[in-house]
Amino acid sequence: MSVNDDTSKTFESYETTSAFRDTWVRLKRNKLALFGLFLVVSLILIALLAGIIAPYDPIQIALKESLRPPSLAHLMGTDVLGRDIFSRIIYGARASLIIGVVATSISLFIGVLVGAISGYYGGWIDSIMMRVTDVFFAFPFFILAIAIMTFLGPSFINIFIALGIVGWTNYARLIRGQVISVKESDYVEAAHAVGAKDARIIWKHVMPNTLAPIIVYTTMNVGGVILAEAGLSFLGIGVQPPAPSWGLMLAEASNFIFNAPWMVIWPGVAIFLTVLGYNLLGDGLRDALDPRLKQ
Amino acid sequence: MTRYIIQRVLQLVPVIIGISIVTFLMMMLIPGDPVLLMLGQHITPQTAENVRHGLGLDQPMLTRYAHYMWNALHGDLGRSYIQHQAVSQMLADKIPVTFRLTMVAMVIAVTFGVLIGILSAVKQYSFLDTFATLFALTGVSVPTFWLGMMLQLLFGVILHILPVSGTGGEGFHLQNYLLPGFALGFASMAMYVRLTRSSMLEVIRQDYIRTARAKGLSSRVVIFKHAMKNALIPVATQAGMDFAGLMGGAILTETIFSLPGIGSMLFNAITRRDYPVVQGVTLFLALVFVLINLLVDISYAVLDPRIRYD
Repeated sequence: MSVNDDTSKTFESYETTSAFRDTWVRLKRNKLALFGLFLVVSLILIALLAGIIAPYDPIQIALKESLRPPSLAHLMGTDVLGRDIFSRIIYGARASLIIGVVATSISLFIGVLVGAISGYYGGWIDSIMMRVTDVFFAFPFFILAIAIMTFLGPSFINIFIALGIVGWTNYARLIRGQVISVKESDYVEAAHAVGAKDARIIWKHVMPNTLAPIIVYTTMNVGGVILAEAGLSFLGIGVQPPAPSWGLMLAEASNFIFNAPWMVIWPGVAIFLTVLGYNLLGDGLRDALDPRLKQ
Repeated sequence: MTRYIIQRVLQLVPVIIGISIVTFLMMMLIPGDPVLLMLGQHITPQTAENVRHGLGLDQPMLTRYAHYMWNALHGDLGRSYIQHQAVSQMLADKIPVTFRLTMVAMVIAVTFGVLIGILSAVKQYSFLDTFATLFALTGVSVPTFWLGMMLQLLFGVILHILPVSGTGGEGFHLQNYLLPGFALGFASMAMYVRLTRSSMLEVIRQDYIRTARAKGLSSRVVIFKHAMKNALIPVATQAGMDFAGLMGGAILTETIFSLPGIGSMLFNAITRRDYPVVQGVTLFLALVFVLINLLVDISYAVLDPRIRYD
């Protein structure tokens, strides 16, 4: 009896071992990646629960409370308009997260579309699309984002557009390369043979095999986009006042570095921990998803 | 070799045309009438029409593009709305500051990045290696402009040993470029640590290194003469490409440290909506980026003969 039990158990656990589970098991062993995951999850929770956690209204001006150093009433001090910095940092997580996720999704969408079509069909379609990619790739990332924001004018939607447009080229190249390498494989040929349509083959058979590098790159890209948003807001062409954004808070603090250093320190720490979280998680995912990619 | 160079240069032509189309089209993104933006709402329709005609804005798109391209080919990148000066002239005035800043950042990043990277590879799994790996991961997550402000805070309030803003007058005063250079180069430094470490680890396991050791050469000679030469090829490539990227990143650093370079010029143009300047600087930096990449590719082919046959 006991022998039978054991066999069934082994069989069961063998069956439930999915790619997802394997990845999770490997990821769990990597302490730095877990720390990254912790930071990312914390950011998401803070953004979602901002209304509950924040002790003050982030945009409520209280001139009497101007430039107060950190105290029990104001954990991170107040800014020149008397707004509570701790509350602004908490609400700032929302702007960072939304912009990071939406802009990355736009880049991902354009990149997948261009990369998949380019790689799958090849020929002149590929040539034209890759030349367009080369052109966008030729601009320094941040400079192109600055230029687009200056011409479009600052607004939340325009930040999505600008950062989405400058970020897609890497995805397109990555996906094109992956698609080319799997499209000649036997199982894709088999799918052709049974009469599957191109769109179905690309979506069902080719794309799943490109998933690992995309997940890794996307994770790290969110961090890069958050850094870029902070830079744009710092220059005055990103998130507009009085909305709480970490980059904007740093811009507002730049005239008070020596009088009110707390205004400068906390927003930077918030950006750093957020970007670090995405980078550590992305790095850990690279090792966990595909051990061969390990550097 | 000549064939390879000609081929690479020819490949650039469509890219450069594409870049000029993108920068040209940027003007189309402006919401509203650029003439009204330039002169304010209170001008007569006749004046607006004259200005529009003077700027060639009443011409068809293709004519305007041809005109733009022709001018750009002759080094004319347009005129500033605010300062009424040629953008190319403004750039020429600002380039030295940005170039110095970028060079200082580059030297700091490469020197320390490579050194830490090599030490960490040679003493793999040591305390230093763990520290270097952590540094490589955290360094790229620090916002450049925040690091700059932190350095200003540290040196302006506590240490007082380096100037925290300005260029220190005419000419090149290294001490004024050290803090901004460090802030700008920090993320690159972290990247070089990582790159050097992994490339070094790969090289020191190869046979020729074992041979060198077997001959009884000292560890230092093997690492710094035999291994480093090959380990640094990917670092050199990355450094070339990074240079143009740093010039782009200089905008935030220059703004914080009040250095009057291309970055500060771009920042002023952004805040005053001086569109031709933004357009001209974007085109200029993209061209620099492309040309440096070309040089990197060619020198790479010269250094490593395997590339040419691809």
